[in-house]
Amino acid sequence: MSWISSNLWLIPVLPLLASAVLAVTKQPHRRFAAALAIGSMALACLLSWDAFLTTLHAPAHGGIWRDFHNFRWFQMGDQWLWLGWLLDPLTAVMLVMVSTVGLLIFIYSVGYMEQDANFTRFFCFLALFGSAMLGLVMANSLLLLFICWELVGLTSYLLIGFWYHKPSAAAAATKAFITTRIGDVCFFLGILWLYGQSGTLLFYDHGRGCLEATALTSMVTQTTISGMAISTAIGLLIFCGAVGKSGQVPLHVWLPDAMEGPTPVSALIHAATMVAAGVFLVARVFPLLNASSGGGAEVSGALTVVAWVGSITAVFAACIAVAQTDIKRILAYSTVSQLGYMMLALGVGGYAAGVFHLITHAFFKALLFLGAGSVIHGCHEEQDIRRMGGLRKYMPATFATYAIGMMALAGVPVFFSGFWSKDDILHSAFAWPVSKGPFFLGLIGAFLTAFYMTRQVCYVFYGDYRSAHGNKRQNKMPHESPAVMTTPLKILAAGAILLGLLGTPAWPWFQDFLTGQHATFRFGQLFEGEVLGLMLLSTLMVAGGIGLGWWLYGLKPATKAEAADPLERVQPAVFGLLREKFRVDEIYAATVIKGTFRLGEICSWFERTVCEGCIRVVTYVALGFSWLNRFADEYVVNLGFDTSCRNLRQSAGLLSSLQDGQVQNYLRVIGVAMAILVLLLVWGGGL
Amino acid sequence: MIAWTIYISFIGVLVLMLLPRRFSGAARVIALLTALVGFAFALEGAMHYRPGSGLQTVTTKDWIPSLGIRFDLAVDGISLTLLLLTGIAAVVGILFSWNIKNREKEFFAFYLVLIGGVYGVFLSFDLFLLFVFYEIAIIPKYFLISIWGSTNKEYGAMKLALYSFVGSAMVLLGMVAAYIVAGAHTFNLVELAQYQFPVSFQKWAFPLVFVGFAILAGLWPFHTWAPTGHVAAPTAASMLLAGVVMKLGAYGALRVAMTLFPAGLAAWQHLIALLAVIGIVYGATVALVQRDFKFVIGYSSVSHMGFVLLGLMTLTQVGMSGAVLQMFSHGIIAGLLFAVVGRMVYDRTHTRELAVLQGMNLHRLLPYAAFTFVVAGMASMGLPGFSGFVAELQVLIGAWHSFPAYALLAGLGIVIGVAYTLRVIQKAFFGDHPVSPSPSAHPLEAISIPERLGAAILMATTVLIGLYPRLLLDLIIPSFNAPWMQALVKGGRA
Repeated sequence: MSWISSNLWLIPVLPLLASAVLAVTKQPHRRFAAALAIGSMALACLLSWDAFLTTLHAPAHGGIWRDFHNFRWFQMGDQWLWLGWLLDPLTAVMLVMVSTVGLLIFIYSVGYMEQDANFTRFFCFLALFGSAMLGLVMANSLLLLFICWELVGLTSYLLIGFWYHKPSAAAAATKAFITTRIGDVCFFLGILWLYGQSGTLLFYDHGRGCLEATALTSMVTQTTISGMAISTAIGLLIFCGAVGKSGQVPLHVWLPDAMEGPTPVSALIHAATMVAAGVFLVARVFPLLNASSGGGAEVSGALTVVAWVGSITAVFAACIAVAQTDIKRILAYSTVSQLGYMMLALGVGGYAAGVFHLITHAFFKALLFLGAGSVIHGCHEEQDIRRMGGLRKYMPATFATYAIGMMALAGVPVFFSGFWSKDDILHSAFAWPVSKGPFFLGLIGAFLTAFYMTRQVCYVFYGDYRSAHGNKRQNKMPHESPAVMTTPLKILAAGAILLGLLGTPAWPWFQDFLTGQHATFRFGQLFEGEVLGLMLLSTLMVAGGIGLGWWLYGLKPATKAEAADPLERVQPAVFGLLREKFRVDEIYAATVIKGTFRLGEICSWFERTVCEGCIRVVTYVALGFSWLNRFADEYVVNLGFDTSCRNLRQSAGLLSSLQDGQVQNYLRVIGVAMAILVLLLVWGGGL
Repeated sequence: MIAWTIYISFIGVLVLMLLPRRFSGAARVIALLTALVGFAFALEGAMHYRPGSGLQTVTTKDWIPSLGIRFDLAVDGISLTLLLLTGIAAVVGILFSWNIKNREKEFFAFYLVLIGGVYGVFLSFDLFLLFVFYEIAIIPKYFLISIWGSTNKEYGAMKLALYSFVGSAMVLLGMVAAYIVAGAHTFNLVELAQYQFPVSFQKWAFPLVFVGFAILAGLWPFHTWAPTGHVAAPTAASMLLAGVVMKLGAYGALRVAMTLFPAGLAAWQHLIALLAVIGIVYGATVALVQRDFKFVIGYSSVSHMGFVLLGLMTLTQVGMSGAVLQMFSHGIIAGLLFAVVGRMVYDRTHTRELAVLQGMNLHRLLPYAAFTFVVAGMASMGLPGFSGFVAELQVLIGAWHSFPAYALLAGLGIVIGVAYTLRVIQKAFFGDHPVSPSPSAHPLEAISIPERLGAAILMATTVLIGLYPRLLLDLIIPSFNAPWMQALVKGGRA
C-alpha cells in the first residue's frame, strides 16, 4: 500500500483533463495547447516512473507483487459491476513505456505540426489518446480495459482522419475503425461470456477475480461445442479483439492504410502503443489463455492459435514489406510483422519474451517512424523512397539515429535491443513442444526483416538525391530537421541500444521482474544449452538479410526514381503480388464489403416491394371496397332517395364544420366516441 | 405533484388556444415554459422517489364506477425514467422548433397535447386510462406531420396513423378481453397482474396486445411506418416520434402485455426475440444503403429499438433494466440525430440527399452541426462514455444469458452500425470535394442559440448517463423487484 498505487488513477486523469481543456480552447492558443498537453503528459510520466520504482522495491515474496483498488460502477441485475485499477510489474513497465514514448512524441509533434492550422485540436486528440492508453494498461477490469480500448480506437480514428480533406485519409480512418471494430465485437462477446461464466470482470479481487484460480478452474473443467474448454473459447474471442487492434492476419489491412495520419500519430499510436495494446491484452489475460485441464504440462488450444496467427503474420507482413515503396508503409508492415513476433512469443508461452519485445520495439519503432517523419519533413512531404536517396549527406543526425533504429529492428547482434528481445522469442519458440513451425517462420521473418530494412536504408540514405524537384537553385534540397525533432530521436536511439542490456540471457532482469523472480547475473548462462547456438543462427539470418540487401541495393544504388527494383527484374510476378499486398484488400472488397452492401440492397428492396407492397394491397382492397359501396350508394340506394341524399349532404356539411382545426373539439369527439365504444362493449360483453 | 406533468401540459394547450392571434409570436415561449415546468415536476418526482418503495400511488379517484374504471396515477422507477426522458425531449424539441413560423399556435398546441398524452401513459396504472392517454398521444402526431411536415407528408402521416390505430385496436381488444376474463370489475394494472389468466387465453392475448404496442416500438416487420413517418415529420415531431412515441410502444409492451400475460410471454419469447434481432440487423443494413440523410437515421432507430425489444425478451433482470435504460438512451441520442438532420442541416440546405450534401463540405459551413453529429454518431454506435454503451452492455449480457446466438447476431448489427454511422458522417459533413473558393455564395444561417442549447442538453445527458448510469439504474432496478412484477421476472415459470 503506497501512495502511488492508491492514486494511480491520477495518471490517466491528468491528460484527460488537459484534453478536456483543449477541447474548448481556440485554435490560436498554440503555445498554451502544446504546453498543457506536454505538461500533463510529463506529470503522468513522472507518476508512472514513481509507480515503476514502487513496484521495483515492493517486497517480492512468493510470486508477482500486485496492488489493486476496485470500486463499484453501477448495478447490473442483482449484482454490482465493479471496475478498478491494478499495479503489477506488467502495468508498471507499460505505464513507463507509454508515458515516456508518448512524452517524446508529444514534444516531437510541436515541430512536426508547426504549420498545421488545427494544431490545438491535434494536441487535444493526442492528450485524449494518452489518457485512454494509460487507462488501458492499468485497468483491473476487463470492462474498463475494453472501455479504454474503444477510446483509443476512437482517437486513432480521429487522428488517422486528422487531414480529412484528403479522401485517402478519410477512407483509411473509416477502414481502421470498422476493421478493428469487427475484432472488438468478438472481444465484447468474449466479455459477455466471461461475465456469464464467472460473474465478474475484475482480473484480481482477493481470489474472486476472473484470472484467479477459482474462476479459471471452473472454466477449464466445463466444455462447450466440440469439447473445447470454455476458457479456451472465451480466450479465443478475446484474442479476436487483439487480432483487430494489433493488425494480425486476417484483420491486418487497416494498419498500413493508417499511415495516412500525421507521422507522430503513426509513431505513437500505430507503432509504439495502441497497436501493441493487443499484445498487452493477450499478456494481461495470459492466465486465462494458458489455462488447460492438464495443468501446466499441457499446451492450451488458445495459445496454440495465438502462436500460429502470430508466426504467420510475422512472415506474411515481412514479405509484403519487401516490395513497398512508401517509407511509412514499409515501417507499417514491419510493425505488423513485429507484432506477429510478440504474439508468437506469447503463444509459445514466452510471456516475458513477448512483453520484452513489446517494450524494445516501442522504442526503436517510434524512433524509426519519427526518423521517417524527419525524412519526409526534410524532403518536402515526399514519402516515396524511390524519389529520395543520398540523405546521409543532408540529414546526418537523422541518418545516425535511423541507422540505429534500423539495426535494432533488424536484430544486429550484441549492441542493439532488438537482437536480445528477438533472440529471446526464438529461444521460446524453439522450446515449444507442439511444433517447430513457428520457430522456423520466426527465422525466416528475421531474415526478411534485415533484408527489407537494408533495402529501405539504401534507397533513402545512399546514392544520390533522386527527387524531380531536387534543384539547388530553388532551395529544394533536403534539409535537417530542427532540434525539437532530432532531440527525441537521440533519446529514443539511446533507448533502442540500452534497453537490450536489461534482458540478456546473462542477466534476464526484465524477464525476472515481470515474472516476480529475483534476477541474478550469471555470465555463464550465455553458454548454456542451445542459447549460443540459437544466437549464432539468428545472427547468420540477419547477416544474410543485410548482406543480400546491400548486394542488391547498396552496391549499385538506383540512379533514377523510375528505375525498376532489382528484385522486380528477377521475379516480376512475385514482386508484383507482394507490391499489391497479396491483393487482400481487393479480396475483401469483392466479398465482405460487397456482400454487406448487397445485403443492404436486398433488405432495402424487400422494404420497398414486400413491405410497401403489402400496405398498398391492403389500401387498394380498402379503397376498392369503399368504391363499391359508393357505387352501390349512387346507383342502387340513391335512385329513389333524392331527398335523403339532400339530408345526407346537409349532415356532411354539419360534420365538416366539426373539422374546424380546434383541438378541443377533436378531443371532445374522441372522448364521446370512446365513451360510446365503452358502453357498447360493456353492453355487448354481457355484464 | 408529479401528476401535474399532465395537467400543466394541458393547461399550456388551453393557454395557447386562448391566446389572441396577434400575440402568436409568444406561443413558443409559452410552450417552452410549459415544457420546462413539466420537466421540473418530473425531476422533482424523481428526486423525491425512494427507490426501495416500489410503486407509489400519486392519485386515485373513481372515474366510471359502474365499470370499475378509475383515475389511477402511480409511479415506479421505470415510469420515472421515461417521464424524465419525456421532460427533456419536450424542452429540447421546442428549442429546435424555435423557427416555426407557420401557424405556430396550433403547432405548439398539438405538440403539448402529444406531450401531455405521453406523460399520461407513463403515469396511468388504470388500463383504460392508459389507453385513453395513448390515443390522445397518437392523434396530434397525424396533424403535426400532415401540416408541418415535408417530403410525402400526407403519405407518411396517414401510414403512421393507420399503423397506430391498427395497433390500438389490437390493444383495445386484448384489454377488454382481459377485463372480462378476469371478471374482477377492475382495469387496475396491479390488480389484473395478480390475476392468473388461463394459459390458453394468454397464448393469444399476449401476442395481440404485445404486437399492438410493439408496432409503435418499431418491431420488425411492422416497422415501416417509422422511417417514412420520421422523414416526413418536422424536426421536433421526428424527435418526439423517435424519442418518446416509440418508447410508448415499448413501455406498453412491458407494462401491459408482458406483465399481464407472463405465460403467453414464455410461449412467444423466442419468436419475438428473433424478430427483435432481425430488426437490429435489418435496420442497420438498410440504413447502410440509404441515399437520404434522414432515412439513415430513421432506420437506425429501428435497429436501436431492436435492442430494447431484445432486452425485454431476455426476461432477465439485467436485460430488462438494460432495455429500459436503452429506451432512455435512444430517446436522447435519436433526438440529437434528428435535430442535426432536420433542423441544423435540412432547414438550411433544403436537401437531404447525401450525394448533394457531399459536395457542400458542411463541416466548414456548419462546424457546430458537424461536431454535434459526430458526438451523436459516436453515442449511437455505442462507444463507451455514452449512455448507449451501458444500455447495450446490459441488454447483451441478458441476451447472452437467454439466447447466445442472438447476442452474436446483435454483435453483427453493431459492426454494421459503425459502418453506416461513419459512412453518413463522412458523406454528410466531410465531403471529399475540394472546397470551393467562394463558399459564401450561399451563406447558411449560423446555428442559433436555442439549437446550441438544445444540442448541448442532449449531449450532456447522454454523457452523464454514460459515465454515471446509477442516476437512472438506481431507479429502474428496484422496480423489477416489486411483488407484482415477479411473475414477469420469473418469465412465467412461477
